[in-house]
Amino acid sequence: MAYSEDDLKQDLEDQEYEFGFTTDVDSEKIPKGLNEEIVRIISAKKNEPEWLLEYRLNAFKVWQGMVEPDWAHVTYEKPNLQEIIFYSAPKPKKELASLDEVDPEILKTMDRLGISLDEQKKLTGVAVDFVMDSVSVATSFKEKLGELGVIFCSFSEAVQEHPELVKKYLGTVVPTTDNYYAALNSAVFSDGSFCYIPKGTKCPMELSTYFRINESGTGQFERTLLVADEGSYVSYLEGCTAPQRDENQLHAAVVELIALDDAEIKYSTVQNWYPGDKDGVGGVFNFVTKRGICERNAKISWTQVETGSAITWKYPSCILKGDNSVGEFYSVAVTNNYQMADTGTKMLHIGKNTKSTIISKGISAGHSHNSYRGLVKIGKGADNSRNFSQCDSLLMTDRCGAHTYPYVECENPTAQLEHEATTSKIGEDQMFYCMQRGIGEEKAISLIVNGYAKEVLNKLPMEFAVEAQKLLEISLEGSVG
Amino acid sequence: MDKEIKKMLEVKNLHASVGDKEILKGLNLEVKAGEVHAIMGPNGSGKSTLSAVLAGREEYEVTEGEVSYLGKELLELNPEERSWEGIFLAFQYPVEIPGVSNINFLKTAINERQKYFGKDPVAAKEFLKMVKEKSALVELSDKLKNRSVNVGFSGGEKKRNEIFQMAMLEPKLSILDETDSGLDIDALRIVAHGVNTLKSKDNASIVITHYQRLLDYIVPDFVHVLYDGRIIKTGGKELALELEEKGYDWLTKENA
Repeated sequence: MAYSEDDLKQDLEDQEYEFGFTTDVDSEKIPKGLNEEIVRIISAKKNEPEWLLEYRLNAFKVWQGMVEPDWAHVTYEKPNLQEIIFYSAPKPKKELASLDEVDPEILKTMDRLGISLDEQKKLTGVAVDFVMDSVSVATSFKEKLGELGVIFCSFSEAVQEHPELVKKYLGTVVPTTDNYYAALNSAVFSDGSFCYIPKGTKCPMELSTYFRINESGTGQFERTLLVADEGSYVSYLEGCTAPQRDENQLHAAVVELIALDDAEIKYSTVQNWYPGDKDGVGGVFNFVTKRGICERNAKISWTQVETGSAITWKYPSCILKGDNSVGEFYSVAVTNNYQMADTGTKMLHIGKNTKSTIISKGISAGHSHNSYRGLVKIGKGADNSRNFSQCDSLLMTDRCGAHTYPYVECENPTAQLEHEATTSKIGEDQMFYCMQRGIGEEKAISLIVNGYAKEVLNKLPMEFAVEAQKLLEISLEGSVG
Repeated sequence: MDKEIKKMLEVKNLHASVGDKEILKGLNLEVKAGEVHAIMGPNGSGKSTLSAVLAGREEYEVTEGEVSYLGKELLELNPEERSWEGIFLAFQYPVEIPGVSNINFLKTAINERQKYFGKDPVAAKEFLKMVKEKSALVELSDKLKNRSVNVGFSGGEKKRNEIFQMAMLEPKLSILDETDSGLDIDALRIVAHGVNTLKSKDNASIVITHYQRLLDYIVPDFVHVLYDGRIIKTGGKELALELEEKGYDWLTKENA
C-alpha cells in the first residue's frame, strides 16, 4: 500500500553497508600502543631522514601536552590509543613494477570496489594511487605524469625521492600544534599521498587516491601534501570505502594544500568509511584536519560528499592569505542510524579582495545528528572581502537532528557577508507527488535527495559525480521490497 | 464494442475517512471510456478526498466499499502502480521539488513505467520529440521545462505543467482536482485546450471543480453533485448551469 513516513524510517534503518568486507592480507605489524619508542620505530621502518624523525618526536611531545577536544556536537567513547597498532603494512614481496606483482587479494578488493587498476589503466584520464592500509601498493600513470614534471606518489616515497619539497612544505599549513589529532598525526603518520604540480602546468588528469582502512585494530594516519606551484592547476579526488568491523577504528588524517600565486586546486572527497551498524555499533572515527593556503590570486575549492563514519569531525578550510584569492567549500553530509557528523569549514580572509563561498547540505536520517560548524573570519587587512554562506538541512525522520553553528568574525568594515540557512523535512507531499507520477518510494527519495544536493554534486568532477550520486542513493535507500 | 471493456471505473458505496472523521459516506460513480465527468459541490463535500482516495494517498482510510478500475481492484494497488496502470491526478496544489528538473522528473516517471511493463527506457530522441510536441499543447516554454519541478512557477504555470505531465504520461483516467482554481481566463483556456486535445474515445476524465466556468471550456457528459460525502444528483451539462444560477441550497435541502 501507500508509502508512509514509518515505512521510510524502516527502510532507512534496514539498509546495510554495501562495501563491508575485509581482505585477508598478511600484514607486518608493530606492538600496540603509543610512546616515543613507537614513534622512532615508525620512522626507522620507513627509513626516514633525521629531520623527519625530529619533526615526529617534536609533534609527539606537543601532543602529550594536549587533551582530546570535546566541543564538537558528537558523543563517543574516546579511543584507547594504547590499544591501537600505529603501523601496519601489507608485506611487500619486492618492489612493484606492474600490477601482476600486486597481491591478488588486494586486486580482488579493488574489483569489489569497482576500481580495478587494470581497468583504470585503460581508462585514460585517471591516475590511481591505491592505499591499502598504510602503504601504497600500486601507482599508475606515474610515468605519464612524470613527463610533465608532475609528482604524484605516496608520501613515504616523496620523503625519499623529493625530501627538499616535503621538508619545505610539511606542517606549513597545519602546524603540529594545531590540534590534538593533527599533533597525533604528525607524530605517527603512516603514509598518504604527495603531489607537486610544477609552475604553469595544468595537470591533464584527475588525480585520484583510494584509501582503505583494512587491518583490524589499526589506526590509520594519512598524511597528504599537495603543492600547486605558481600558475598551475590540479584536480584531486580522494575516495574512501572501508570494511565492516565491530570495533571502532580511528582515522586521523591531515591534508595540507598549498596553492602558490595564480594556482588552483580542486580537491574533491567522496567519503564512505564504515558507519557502524543500524544500532550504532562499530564504525570509523574520522577526525580529520584539512586545510589549504592560497597565495595571491590563487583558488582552493573543497568539495565533499560525506556518507560514512560513525563519528565525523572535519573542517576543510582555506587561509586566503594572498590578495584576490578565492576559497570554496561545497559539502553534502549524510548521516543515518546513529551516525554523528560535525563538519563545516573555516574561511580565513587575510588578503584584500578575497572571496569565499560556502554551500553546505546536511541530510539526517534515523537517529543521527548532523551539524554544520563554520567560521568566516575577515581580518583587519582584508579590504573588500566577500563571503556567501548557505547552510541547508534536510531531515528524513523526526528522531534525527540537524544543527548549525555558523561563526562570523569581522574586523574590516568594507567586507560583505551573506548567510542563508534552511531546514526542511522530506515532504509527504513530495513523496506522494512522485509516486502519483509512477516514481516509487526508493526512486523518489533518491530523486528528491539528489535534487537537494545537486548544487554540490555539480561541483564534483564529472566521472565522480555519478559515483557520488549512487553513494547517496545507497546511503539512504531502504531494502524496499 | 464490448460493454464490459468500456467500463473504466466503478466506485461502489465508498466510505473514507481521515482520522476519526468520515468524509465519503457511500459514494457511487461509474465512468466509461470516452466520457468526461464533472464533480461539483460545496466546500467540504468530499471532492478532494475522492481524488486523493482514487490516487491512493495514504492518509485517507477506506472503511467500506470497493473501486474497480479496468477490471482490477484499485484499492489493492500502490499509488505508483495506479499511475502505471493509467491513473493521473492533476494536483490542486502541484508540489515543488527543488533541484530536480521537470524533464528529468518526467523521464524518470516514464522510464519507471516502462520498467513496470518490462520495456526498455524510452530513447532520448523519442523522448525529446514527445516533450516538444506535448509542451506546445499547453504553451510551456523551454525555460520551464528545464527548471526544477514547479519551483518558482506562477500559479498558472504550475497548472499548465500538470497538463503537460498528463500529456506526456498519456493516462487512461485523468482526475483534474480543481485545476481551474487560481487560473486567469487565458490560462484556463490553455489548460482546457490541452485537456480537450488529449480527449479520446479510449480515455476518460473526472473534472472536479467549484465553478461552472471551467465547464464552458471542458464540456462534460455528466455532472455530479457531491454533497456530504455522497453524490446526490447527476445530470447532463445543463445541471452545471442550473447550479451556477441557483446554488446548491435547493439540492441540499432536498437531501437534508
